[in-house]
Formats: sequence, structure tokens, C-alpha cells
Amino acid sequence: MSVEVRPKLIGARIKRVEDPRLLTGQGSFVDDRQPARMLHVAFRRSDHSHARITNIEPSAAAKMPGVFGVFTAADMNLMAKPVRATSRSKDYHATEMHALAKDKVRYVGEPVVAVLAESRYLAEDALEAIDIEFDSLPTVIDPEEAMKSGAPLLHEEAGSNVLLTRQFARGDADGELLTAPVRVKGRFRFGRKTPLAIENRTYLAEYDAGRQALTLYSSTQVPGILRDALVDILDISSHQLRVVAPDVGGGFGGKSSLYPEEIVVCALAKRFGRPVKFVSDRLEDLATTSQGFDEILDAEMGFDKDGNILAYRAEVIGDVGAYSIYPWTAALEPVQVISFLPGPYKIPNYRGRVRAVATSKSPTGPYRGVGRPISTFVTERLIDMGARRLNMDPAELRLRNFVGPKEFPYKTCSGIVWDQSSFTECLERACKEIGYDAFLKEQAGARASGRWLGVGFASYAELTGIGSRISAAPGMPINTGTELSTVKIDSTGSVTAIFGIASHGQGLETTLAQVVADELGARMEDVRVIQGDSAAVAHSTGTYASRSAVLAGGAATLAAKAVREKIIRVSSHLLEAAPADIRVEHGTVFVTGTDRKMTFKELARAVYSEMGRVPLDIREDLEATKQYDPVFGTTTSATHVAIVEIDAKTFRVKVLRYQVVEDCGKMINPLIVDGQVHGGVAQGIGAALLEKIIYDDKGQLLTASLVDYLVPSAAEIPPMKVSHIETRSPSTVGGFRGMGEGGTIGAPGAIANAVSNALSHLGIEITELPITPEQLFRAVRQSTK
Amino acid sequence: MNKSHTIRIKVNGTAYERAVEPRLLLADFLRETLGLTGTHIGCEHGICGACTVLVNGHSMRACLLFAVQLDGAEIDTVESLGTVDKLHPLQESFREHHALQCGFCTPGMLMTGVDLLRKRPLATDDEIRDGLSGNLCRCTGYEHIVAAIRTAVRERDEVSGKAVR
Ligand code: FES
Ligand code: FES
Repeated sequence: MSVEVRPKLIGARIKRVEDPRLLTGQGSFVDDRQPARMLHVAFRRSDHSHARITNIEPSAAAKMPGVFGVFTAADMNLMAKPVRATSRSKDYHATEMHALAKDKVRYVGEPVVAVLAESRYLAEDALEAIDIEFDSLPTVIDPEEAMKSGAPLLHEEAGSNVLLTRQFARGDADGELLTAPVRVKGRFRFGRKTPLAIENRTYLAEYDAGRQALTLYSSTQVPGILRDALVDILDISSHQLRVVAPDVGGGFGGKSSLYPEEIVVCALAKRFGRPVKFVSDRLEDLATTSQGFDEILDAEMGFDKDGNILAYRAEVIGDVGAYSIYPWTAALEPVQVISFLPGPYKIPNYRGRVRAVATSKSPTGPYRGVGRPISTFVTERLIDMGARRLNMDPAELRLRNFVGPKEFPYKTCSGIVWDQSSFTECLERACKEIGYDAFLKEQAGARASGRWLGVGFASYAELTGIGSRISAAPGMPINTGTELSTVKIDSTGSVTAIFGIASHGQGLETTLAQVVADELGARMEDVRVIQGDSAAVAHSTGTYASRSAVLAGGAATLAAKAVREKIIRVSSHLLEAAPADIRVEHGTVFVTGTDRKMTFKELARAVYSEMGRVPLDIREDLEATKQYDPVFGTTTSATHVAIVEIDAKTFRVKVLRYQVVEDCGKMINPLIVDGQVHGGVAQGIGAALLEKIIYDDKGQLLTASLVDYLVPSAAEIPPMKVSHIETRSPSTVGGFRGMGEGGTIGAPGAIANAVSNALSHLGIEITELPITPEQLFRAVRQSTK
Repeated sequence: MNKSHTIRIKVNGTAYERAVEPRLLLADFLRETLGLTGTHIGCEHGICGACTVLVNGHSMRACLLFAVQLDGAEIDTVESLGTVDKLHPLQESFREHHALQCGFCTPGMLMTGVDLLRKRPLATDDEIRDGLSGNLCRCTGYEHIVAAIRTAVRERDEVSGKAVR
């Protein structure tokens, strides 16, 4: 009889494999590579928001010491094709982006001229000697103005600044809202943010002239996407390009698109036959790394008098910046907003419409949460506003409208299907963990003594681990729904597990080793995970969209199981036992009920080296490659609760306590899950209280350094508690649900609700993030006038 | 052009004599001239703290110092703490508590932590948070970093028998 080995590593709080090297300064980030004969490239960037380039005078720079060359669009276009993020979506206009701006610049920071020099210092010196003449064009700053016919056009060939229009509807939201007994509405704004990984974008291209092959070391989340795109852009074959993401210092979406600088280092390395590096500085990062979340929503929700939601309507304007980013397109963020506005609620009538508008600002792209931080902020605000009007407890109003525990799978009014999830359980548990009833009493007492305390909930559901039937961004021509894994035991008995995903803080070298070790019956220390290398697997995209644990974890499970079956077949021959009596555990094969056993090392020797022990007709390599496709994906849900205090003199918001209750299915490593939640919440708190990218009406970036763009430090982040409800996903191999983004999705709404709750005696409703002391001061002044 | 100056400097206990351009940042000197790439650069304008090293025993930002200013100085970088095989207690505590994710801010956090542990009582978590507030981490939300330092404080106080005053 076969004894099923119980998983021991999946679910355990295992210390990370990555840590020793990262803790001791022995990591290998791109900038840590310093190959001989390396050259540096630096960029002269546009200081205009929208302008025609009338002349570039590079000759003085070209004569400076240590300078190898000065390049403009005219040079670069001989080496690289322009980039277009295409989409099958109707009503979508792709934009053409050149690695170096051609004819026109469309945002401050857009690269115009590249200087190649012996060192970064010398390259930057030479930038100042370049003379560029610009002819200013009218700026395109306010998306509402830019939508109007007759507005100055950023991309003339698109014929409009509106790059995309999309609508989802069910029932008759407009009609129902006319008659709904209780209606709440508002104009909501989230404010532009930047992902701000602490490692700036860094690229190093090395050229092997003998093999005519390029290796791009990139601080990227998506080596597979880059490889596939760059072979076309550079017109080389894919065995001439390998893209490696070594240790990467955070991403959060900001490193998941193709950047002009990546094209330039590749083109110049090939042309000069020398390694070429680009290291972005923080000012360039703030101006040019894809930004996120810039939307305006006019939203209205209607309830019956018992608090049942009758209808929901939203008009969304997405300010997507200067280009439709590759590969995600300008549709990614704004369409996600209208897809996820219904959240975990049953909404019979819905209409969500979005328009994505190009403006002369830095391009937007994915930022942790994509669309859902805003959709959750708006929906959760409307629920709280509704609760106030209905005179109901906000938790109770949520429970009344949630998709109930017995109603799964449930198809939302925007067409997304929620599989078995814990909407109700998360909220009920969150109330208990935070001590909701006790807090309400404390709050009443505090208010009587002039202290402003507030509590706010945010409940949400997200689609994670999405498979091939749903595109990560609508209509995108690349497949983001599958991952490959190869698991092999080599001739010494060591296990190598190979993936195309690209860990940049998620600890995937650890979690995937846990999965492989358990499924294979190996010891953790025998498994080495290889990832972040486009050459490692036939196809991959990378790590983004809360997908890697689900997709790579699923592929790892399938591949490890296949190798385990091979182990059982061959060891049943070698150990002369029935396959059903073979047990594989801790890197050793046992025959149940006997003392016969073989280590992986002995087994590998018998298979690969001691020819004759395994007859040819049953000999198999101890290796398997499997693809995993979750087809649709799965649901992850959570409730966040924040308790805040507002200082009635300074209007500073202090988050006193923070509780998350989440259901990400079977957890591989709860320590890592907690860490992901904490980090996400901190970014969400930053989005709610501090962070905002500001452009003035000339299109100049005012938040151009970390002095002006405020990121939370340890002093602004409260202690956090995270509780888990572990409902195995019915839709994925392993029962995993993705969870990398959730923290950022819940926090802005929870904070906004808590602040509104603290000021509810003044009738103040927060509709705009970040919530600054100045904004609160004005609102309080207004309400008490 | 920029004339080089010769400096003598001790880094992680090893004495070096190098000719440096006046504008060479300490961070670049460590990373490029000496090949000690454990010290990271996150902003080059003194905000993020990723480049924190100890200069004559005090935590400072290597992106705000020029190598030429440091003639005669003693510098300690993250490479001076533990090794992959034998982590420093603070590194061990960071690992135990999962106080790092991408690891990019980590060298700066550790060097700041070492300095705080030497100088401050760190009696409350608020004091730890305040002490860390010059180092940005975008991954961890700080919760586990605070826990790691808290453990290190406990170990320190057990060894010395009392809190630092
Ligand atoms: S790199 Fe020195 S403080 Fe950021
Ligand atoms: S661990 Fe990534 S920035 Fe701190």
C-alpha cells in the first residue's frame, strides 16, 4: 500500500534561502557586476513637457574626455525598432515610442540623447555640453481638458488623446439610481504614485562578439517579456539574447515594463562590443519609472431602505501619461478599476465606464494592486457613506451585501468569477481581532473629551494567479497565463528546479524549494531553485500580478510529481519492490516494511553512471518539465481594519492599530505571507497619507526628489497584525491563491474610512487621497463655519 | 581636470592607500574602487539610508561624503559584520524574523541598527522606529525589522545585564 507523504515544508515558517547572501552584502544586484572594459551610458532628458525637437548639437559633448559616442534618435533608429504596445481591444490606440525621442518629446524626463563614456561621472559631465533646441507645444496636463475635441494632441496619429474607452454593464444602473431610496455619490481622486523600489532601475548589457550574443542583466521583474520583445526590436534571433534578472531590489510593478534604457544598453553593447551599463539615479527614477493609480472617479451607489445595494455607476478617467506602456498598454490600470469596483458585493445593476487619456506626463504602468487600490477605496467609501445615511453599522452593511459563503462560485456584474472565498469570515474575524465593539465605546468616550478617533474597514476581493483565459491586461498579445518548471535530479543526486519567474523580494527561491522538496520527497537543502533567467525555460514572463506562487508553485508541483513517479518506477526495479511499497522522503527512497533504501545520490549513480543496473528499456532521466495553466485564476480576499487618531491641532493622522484578516488559500510559508502583507499595507498607508506625484500646469515634475515625494519610514507605519483564514483554492494546483498585492489594495480604503469615521461628527467624507493635514484643516474649517 | 589626491583609509580593518578624484563619493569608492558592493546606493541625496556605513564608529551616509574627506578615517561596511556561514547576531535576528525581502535596504538597515544598539537604550518600539526613520524600506513595512531589532536589544541587555543608559 502506498503511504502518502504528508507535506512538511509547505505551510512551515521556513527561514529564507536568499537571506545569508543578502544580509552579508554578497548579493548580486545588477550594479554589483563590474566587468572589465565596461562603458557607461547616461541620458540627456527632456526638460519640456511637450515640445518639438528642432535641433540637437552633440559635437561638443562628443569631444569631451572619455566619451565614446553621443547618440540621438537618428542613430538609435538604425539599431532598434520603435516600440508599440498593441492590443486586440476595440477603441484602443497604440502609441509609438522610440528609445530616444524622435521629433517630439512628450514628458519631462523622456530620454533624448545618450552619451557613452568610460565612467558614469564622465558620461554625466558630457550631458551638460549637449545643446538641444526645443519648440514648445501646448502642454496636455489635465485629462479632462485633454479629452475635449480640439485639445492639443500628444500623438497626432491617434487622432485623440483618449487612447481607450471601455464599459462594463449589467442591468439598468442609470434607471435604478433614479428611484433608489438612498443614494450616495462623490467625485473621488487617488493621486499619482510611483512604485519607488529602493534599487533604482539598472541595466548592463554584455556582448560576446565571438558568439554574437548579448546578455542583458536587468533589474527587471519580467526577463521573459524583455527577451521576447528585444529580439524583435533589435532584430536578432532569440538565442542571441539572454535576459537575466539577478538579485533585484524590489519592483512593485515599476520594473515590469520595457524601458527605453534597456534597448539603448543592448544596442550600444552590440555596436561597441563592450559591456554597457546604465544606472538610474533617484531623480531619473521619480521622473521616468512607470507611475500608477492616477484616476478620477465619479461614482454613485444606490440602496433600498434596508441597505441592499440596488445599483452602482462609475465614470472613470484614467490619466495614463505620455505613452501606452509595453507590454501592458494604457488599458491595464484603468480597465482594472471598472472590473473590480463591484468588489465582494452582490450588485444587480452596474455600469462602469472608463476612458484612458494620454497626458504629457511620465507613462503609467502597473503598480502593486493595479486598479484595485482605487476601486476598493471608492467602493468602500461609498459603502461607509451609505451606512451613515442608512444609520447602519458599516460592518453590518457589508455583511448584508457580500456574496455569501454559500453563493460561490459567483459571477460579478463586471464578469469576474469569484471561487469559494471567505468574504464574510474575513470581516467577522477582523471585527473580533480589532475588538470592534470595545473600540466603539472607547471612541464615544474619546470624542466626549475632544479626541478624534476613528475606525475604518476595507473588504476586497482580487483575482490572482490568472491563467490563459484571462489576459493580465485586456487584449494584450502576450500570454501571461502559464508558467513552466523543470525539476531534475542530476548525476550526483542534487535537485535543481528551474523557473522563468523572477523573484525580487518575494523569497521564491525559498517557497518554490519548499514545494519541490515536499512533492518530490527531497530535503530542502538538496533543492536549488534557478529563476530570473530567460534562457532557463522555453517560455516565461516573470513575477507580477500575484501570480508566481500560484503559477510557478503549480508547475513545480506537477514537475516534481512527475519526477517522483520516475523515481518510484526506477527504484521499484532497483530495490525489487512493488511501486506501491516505495516511499520517497527526505531525499531517500524506502521500501515500506523493510530496511531496504537508497539515497538520491545512490539512485542517481545507478541511473546515470553505473550502466547496466537499469536496463535500457526502462531507463529514464530523472527530469521533467511541466507547464501549469490555472486557466481562469482564483480569488483572494481580505478585510483590513485601521484605527486612527487625528490630532485636532496639527491635523496629523496617526494610524494607531492595523489588522488584516486575509484568505490566500494554502500558505506555502506564513512568514513570507506576513511580510508581503506588511509591505503592501505600508505602501497603501503611504498612498493614503503621504505619497503624491505632482506635475504643475507646465508639466514640470514638482516631486522630483525624495525630499518632496514622501515615502513612509518606520515612524509613520503602525504595528500590524495579520490573521489568516486558509481556504484552499478549489481552482489551483496546491490550493494556493496569490497574495503579493493585497496589502496595497486594502489599506487606502481602510485609512480613508477610518479618517472619515473620526470626523463623522462633522459630516466629513474623504474623497481624495492622499489625506494631507492641510486638506483636513480646510474640511474641518468648512464644516464648522 | 580633477587632480587626484592620495588618501589612507581603513575599511573593515584593512588599510588602503588610494589616489582619488576629489569628487569621488565614498559610496562609489567602496563599491567601485574597492569592490565592496555590499553598500548600496538608493538615492544619492541622503534620504534613503541604503548607503549607511560607520565612519569612525558613527553611522553616516556614504552618498553624502567624498572619499577625499576621509583621509585617516576608519570605515565599517556591512561586509564587516558576519559571513554567509557565520552571521552576526543582528543579521541572524533579521533572518529569524524575516526582516528583509529584496535585501536592497538591508545593509543600511544593519549598519544603522548596529549603531543604534551601541548607543541607545531602545526601550520601546517607538524608540526603535524613531531610530530607523532615516532608512527607507519599501518591502517589509518595517514590522519585522522592528521585531528583529527588538530581539537584538533583548540579547544585548541580557549579555550586559542591563539596558544601555
Ligand atoms: S543612497 Fe545615500 S541616503 Fe540614499
Ligand atoms: S527589503 Fe526591499 S527595500 Fe527593504
